[in-house]
Amino acid sequence: MQILALETSTDAGSCALWQDGQLLSASCPAGRPHSETLIPLVQQMLAEAGSGFACLDAIAFGMGPGAFTGLRVACGIAQGMAVALDRPLLPVGSLETMAWEAGGQRVVSLLDARMGEVYWGLCERHADEGIVLLEEPGLLLPDAVPLPSGEDWQIVGNALQAYPALGSRLAAWDCQPQILPQARSVAELGALALARGEALDPALAAPRYVRNKVARTTAERLADGGRP
Amino acid sequence: MRVLGIESSCDETGLAVYDTERGLLAHALHTQIALHAEYGGVVPELASRDHIRRLVPLLRQVMGASGCSLAELDAVAYTQGPGLAGALLVGCAFAEGLAASLGKPILPVHHLEGHLLSPLLAQEPPEFPFVALLVSGGHTQLMAVAGVGKYELLGETLDDAAGEAFDKTAKLLGLGYPGGPALSKLADVGQPGVFDLPRPMLHSGDFNFSFAGLKTAVLTLVRDKSEDRPDFPADVARAFQDALVEVLVKKSIAALKHTGMQRLVVAGGVGANRQLRQALNEAARKRRYRVYYPELEFCTDNGAMIAFAGAMRLMAGAQPRPAGVFAVRPRWPLNELMGA
Repeated sequence: MQILALETSTDAGSCALWQDGQLLSASCPAGRPHSETLIPLVQQMLAEAGSGFACLDAIAFGMGPGAFTGLRVACGIAQGMAVALDRPLLPVGSLETMAWEAGGQRVVSLLDARMGEVYWGLCERHADEGIVLLEEPGLLLPDAVPLPSGEDWQIVGNALQAYPALGSRLAAWDCQPQILPQARSVAELGALALARGEALDPALAAPRYVRNKVARTTAERLADGGRP
Repeated sequence: MRVLGIESSCDETGLAVYDTERGLLAHALHTQIALHAEYGGVVPELASRDHIRRLVPLLRQVMGASGCSLAELDAVAYTQGPGLAGALLVGCAFAEGLAASLGKPILPVHHLEGHLLSPLLAQEPPEFPFVALLVSGGHTQLMAVAGVGKYELLGETLDDAAGEAFDKTAKLLGLGYPGGPALSKLADVGQPGVFDLPRPMLHSGDFNFSFAGLKTAVLTLVRDKSEDRPDFPADVARAFQDALVEVLVKKSIAALKHTGMQRLVVAGGVGANRQLRQALNEAARKRRYRVYYPELEFCTDNGAMIAFAGAMRLMAGAQPRPAGVFAVRPRWPLNELMGA
């Protein structure tokens, strides 16, 4: 079994190749858009592994939440590849990916959502299922992020640094702000999902934005005294 | 040679397969008009979110209808710009992923080149050279077209595009969004000459346009002379359309005279406007010019024109590039387009 994984939900883009449990991964060079670097990186990685597009059994991608454009770069490329190769897709959440990277049993993932908000995920590691979200992923103000119940939680993600008040409120826990979504974890979680039979037809795979209110309707603007 | 075309620069997702021997094999389109209607305009983020949901089903639809497989394609063409950055990027990423894993090369296409070559997809296509009047919600330009890749910008709008002026004026008259087509329908029953609106830049001596002032003139009319009589909106719509059409027609004819060309090609969504077509046909007939229009379904954004422009480029000897490294060009002046 071979699974290609793409992850571009933050500036730190990466790709990985899972071959029956063996992992290869590569990071996009910093400072350039993922659109310029991701596919060449994949091609290089496949060549180095002696693999190729035709050898892939499925493609996993980071479905978010994260930067909207980044989510669509990974998803769009993955969709194009999946249709071309007639293979299924494995969408993997960024908050779950961060929890897998952290390695602990119980993890709170906090990803900077910009605009003064935080993507929040309450994660638990299960033997066969990988990471399970205990609640629907949230979009919260930093002040509204709940304190974990108990001491044995790891807190991970760049929101800890982006919102210093949030970082200090959670300072009593094991905090790891440097942990970001990585393709290697997308690949491993994707492999578990594939084993569970959760592969999706590419027409059904889509980004998970979490921030779903992105514009106001004419009616909403008028209700606030705005212009039509 | 067989080219897949992908268009996602604004609020339409279009895919098509064009074969240089057999012509257009299939095309499929999804329009987002209903999605944006309650927002009163295109919301870029929502447009991007919709494109990514449509691409796979539309690709399957168009490949099925074309009767050929992805392996039988020679290249993948997509709109690289101009347009909404996020929306462009969706079509771009999909096309690049597809082409990279198929081992097919890429042809990035300029959206306006797609539009101005679209009349060549018609039953009776024009021959080169011709003057192209491109009128849509995003663009209003006059171009001299000597051949594929040989375009000279003669003039363009300095503010609103013609289609944008239609939609904004429709909004002022309470016709909703996008109100352009409703406005021109209303104008059909309006009385000409009741209101006299300005013809912006009619005598500017160049081929540029300006429609923002026309919209403001309508605003003033609606505010100051708000009349209760039921014909008022129709008469205003008529006055607006008369003014806009007159400017487009006179400048197009002047461009033909200036270039010495005999053929006028009209492309873009506003090119479907009945009154504009009538006026252009009449003005051209008097002076023995010929006017060409794309098929109605190819007036608005579509994938067929992108597949076609890609195929024309290939035929003209353009070298497609390997898939993989891509960037969109949201602002991309047509005169920066290199010849084939």
